[in-house]
Amino acid sequence: MVNDSAVLTVSLSPHVVGQQNTSWIMWSVVLALLPALGVGIYTFGWQALVVVLVVLASAVLTEFLVQVLFFSRRPKPALVLRGLHSKQSKWSIVDGSAALTGLLLALNLPVGIPLWQAALGGVFAIAVAKMAFGGLGHNPFNPALAGRAFMLASFPVTMTSFARPYDWQAMVDGLTAPTILTGVKEGLKQGLDLGQILSAAPTYFEQFLGNEGGCIGEASALALLLGGVFLLATKVISWEMPFFFLLGLGGLTGMFFMLDPSQYINPLYHLLSGGAVLAAFFMITDMVTSPMSFVGKIIFAFSAGVLTALIRLFGSYPEGASYAILIMNALVPLIDRYSKPSRFGRLKKPLSKELKA
Amino acid sequence: MKSMTFSKGGMHPHDHKLTADRPIENMILPATVWIPLIQHIGSPAQVLVKEGDLVKVGTLIAKGQGMISAPVHSSVSGTVIKVDTVLDAGGFRKPAVLIKRDGDNWEEGIVRNFDLVKSIDYSPDQITDKINDGGLVGKGGATFPTRVKYLVPPGRSVDTLLINGVECEPYLTSDHRLMLERPEEVVLGSNLLRFTLGVKLAIIGVEENKADAIKILRQTIDAMGLSPPKGFLQAHMKAKAGPSDNPSRAGYIAVIALKVKYPQGAEKQLIEAILGREVPSGKLPLDVGVIVNNVATAHSAYKIVQKHKPMVERIVTVTGDGIARPGNYKIRIGMLVREVLQELGFVPSSNTKVILGGPMMGKTLTSLDVPVTKGCSGILVLQGEQHSRQAVGACIRCASCVSVCPMGLEPYLLEKLVGLGRLEEAEKHAIRDCVECGSCSYVCPAKRGILDYIRLGKAQLMRVKRS
Amino acid sequence: MNSVLIAMLSLGATAALLALILFFVSKKFVVIGDERQVDVQALLPGINCGACGFAGCGGFASALLKAADKGDLADLRCPPGGQPVMDGIGAYFGLQTSSAEKVIAVLRCGGSCQASSTKVHYQGPVSCTVSHGLFAGEGGCSFGCLGQGDCVDVCKFDALSMNAKTGLPEIDAQKCTGCGACLKVCPRTLFFLRGLGKRERRVWINCSSTEKGALARKNCDKACIGCAKCVKVCEGIVGAISLVNNLAQLDPDKCIACGKCVPVCPTAAIMTSFELVKSKLNSIDALVTEVQA
Repeated sequence: MVNDSAVLTVSLSPHVVGQQNTSWIMWSVVLALLPALGVGIYTFGWQALVVVLVVLASAVLTEFLVQVLFFSRRPKPALVLRGLHSKQSKWSIVDGSAALTGLLLALNLPVGIPLWQAALGGVFAIAVAKMAFGGLGHNPFNPALAGRAFMLASFPVTMTSFARPYDWQAMVDGLTAPTILTGVKEGLKQGLDLGQILSAAPTYFEQFLGNEGGCIGEASALALLLGGVFLLATKVISWEMPFFFLLGLGGLTGMFFMLDPSQYINPLYHLLSGGAVLAAFFMITDMVTSPMSFVGKIIFAFSAGVLTALIRLFGSYPEGASYAILIMNALVPLIDRYSKPSRFGRLKKPLSKELKA
Repeated sequence: MKSMTFSKGGMHPHDHKLTADRPIENMILPATVWIPLIQHIGSPAQVLVKEGDLVKVGTLIAKGQGMISAPVHSSVSGTVIKVDTVLDAGGFRKPAVLIKRDGDNWEEGIVRNFDLVKSIDYSPDQITDKINDGGLVGKGGATFPTRVKYLVPPGRSVDTLLINGVECEPYLTSDHRLMLERPEEVVLGSNLLRFTLGVKLAIIGVEENKADAIKILRQTIDAMGLSPPKGFLQAHMKAKAGPSDNPSRAGYIAVIALKVKYPQGAEKQLIEAILGREVPSGKLPLDVGVIVNNVATAHSAYKIVQKHKPMVERIVTVTGDGIARPGNYKIRIGMLVREVLQELGFVPSSNTKVILGGPMMGKTLTSLDVPVTKGCSGILVLQGEQHSRQAVGACIRCASCVSVCPMGLEPYLLEKLVGLGRLEEAEKHAIRDCVECGSCSYVCPAKRGILDYIRLGKAQLMRVKRS
Repeated sequence: MNSVLIAMLSLGATAALLALILFFVSKKFVVIGDERQVDVQALLPGINCGACGFAGCGGFASALLKAADKGDLADLRCPPGGQPVMDGIGAYFGLQTSSAEKVIAVLRCGGSCQASSTKVHYQGPVSCTVSHGLFAGEGGCSFGCLGQGDCVDVCKFDALSMNAKTGLPEIDAQKCTGCGACLKVCPRTLFFLRGLGKRERRVWINCSSTEKGALARKNCDKACIGCAKCVKVCEGIVGAISLVNNLAQLDPDKCIACGKCVPVCPTAAIMTSFELVKSKLNSIDALVTEVQA
């Protein structure tokens, strides 16, 4: 018997929703970063984990405090929803975006960084680069990269002193290992031969597996690729941005390598080191700070790759991915404006005559 | 051959086709039926019966009036109790005829056997007249009177007829079952409509998840000798648009397998998927030389023309939570949803949505006392909290909505513009092109009601235009 | 030291040059408008409500100027400003302005949460514009108020507020300027504008349902069921009420706000802006005889 008093629910279509949600996306990116973190800890010792935890904690705590102190009143949206199933979580930290920013920033730091500097970086990334603009979804720049840029400008020495793999304590005694890119840049400046410089560098395979000095997260391209493949498989990110970023970077550096192999190193070095893989899969794919349309994404990623190559080849920084992406972040509104998806049924040219007839 | 699909956007919602293997069954005959006089887009039909009149199944009870309208027939035999109003899905009262059933006497001349009638003994004009008299409207849900589609204005030409067997909405399986169980009638109906239009080719588009239907349709077409000669289909699809010079009115029928992607069943998307022609914004399929009909419409056209059976019943998928016997049922038009659900052992609970149509674009009912109409392809019950609206988060610019929009719009931007009241800009960004397929709201990870905003913007624009 | 000097001089020179350009441009391309425009606009309320039919107060001021040049201001009116503003404008131009009665908005629905029980739950955006197309309303009446407050959002004078208890908007007669924004936004056109009434006494039919009596009553206790009792009562007095499509219609121009129709209504669907006191009915009778005479 159909009960007469059963009150039906009326709502607008669609009546079903997809499974993906924001916190799921954020936490899966965090998950995808775990292999890289693991290799980082293996390569640089437990100090790496300490650095990561400090940055994570400072990022999450900062978001929490900013929300408590400044976000007590939010503007009313144009359409308020009624009859919601789940309540909006009161605290934005549960969505995982702050943790993700913290983790990304930490993986971009050298293991020997003083902990107070690391914590300050986390605070800057969240408070200034993200929450000051209105929180999740409103920040024009990638918070992790903005935090890193801030730290590079503020603490240039500690930020560029990279530990030798498996021997971070040595750094305390002033023994640091330059990354390949730094080494090449410095070496060329001193007028050394390229072959001479590279003789000391690890092989491609070592680089790929993870035997390279540098930031915590840059140790192994393989671990980062694993995470990247996981994100591609779960459709959190799509292929076009990593691909075109690496194409831009590899293409330009490769061109110079072919022109003059005595002055320019093999593009494989560029692709495998200096955080290029990290940038390709985790930085450039940051949804908030990348363009919306397919064409826009390609323009964005390719330009960022080319810019990275230019900075590395001709700039004074050995690594350029962070700055290249930050510069492109600033151009996203412009890219969005001029790379509209092609609308269905709005043909550029009018209907052909035979169709009209 | 690579399976075809439309080029912009699209996605695949969880399809829940629970009733795909349930054969079509006859629903019990209702004691009374409420037959609405508006079951189509256009002006209401003019009622011809009065209280106390005796009617049979198939008796004309209201005739179409005006250019765009369709007649209405009695779906049961019995007595007219009154001409009154009945609720529609939204709870608005619409004129309707209440008939009390008495036995099951059919109007004379209606052939109820399943013998196939292959020869077409009518002229195209006679067929359009018959289709109109049978009350045929688009059975996919839009309920546009079919005859009006076939009145091709002078100076326009049509070269292809598309038969829409896509059924991309989750849950719904009525068209699938129809193609599977009545392939001959579907093919004959398609051929009939093709003949009426005078085009050489009719293409039935079916999604790959209905491989059994594709196979059986192809076999049927082969058996009837209607399959196109080698190379004909490819040449036809490559041609941008050809003149429909076909005096003999002979032609072919082809079945094309389409990649599973929502909303492929939308008219414009289907045309683009199969023929690669984009219907310009604000124009009709006719403008690119195509006419699209649902498979169920083609089937009904066959029944109306060859069996003289007007639209008195239709196949409805009744499915969802809390239904003891989900399935595909042949239901008399005018039977109340309440009776249908009662018959199938429906257990109501709190937070129940009863939806006419599919979950992506269907309409929720405000009351169960709403009759089944010609355009009703499914009755879907969704219960529980997982189908409620979720709390809304901030837009993280993930671009999912942009990548799924089949119309190439930027839903996130439209949402923002409408929220800010910047309607003119929203209009510039083609807010009117939105087909309200719901893909953007479905994929949004922040659970934002993007389509709500777009609807608001469209309604506000309408108001501005009116005043 | 030298470099400091050079920097200061070069920057100073640049600044001076730019200042010169700015000065030149501002003089050369200055737009000289009608000075009266500023004066007139200062007389207007400055809320840009658009009730006058022009684009904001600026648009209205230009229209006033044009009309004043022709010497006729009678067609123009500022509803929110009312008589004081129009008098001020008339004085400024030395012309006669229209002297229409002040109007206010009135809601024609009594379908409160109490009178019209919930038949369905609505889930979705709180917007009358959106939900009007979707369904009849939680109370089941397809004519009544949807109770989602588009009118409250659109009111620039804070004259409308949602009563949480009844679920209906309430109009503050003091604040309402009769600008008509709520009329335009309500998808069911439940508001109408009417005169303030003599001594601010107003009577109106508080329902918009043209449904047949029984059906209307099924949805709402306060529905007008079209029984025409009020029509009969009023026939003997001023004949202000008529029955159109099962719904009583009250002509505010004829109505004398005697209140006689109120007690006869079986569903209490007639509203008054004043309290109907039994003891005063005698004086009302006097009023009635006066009018009839």
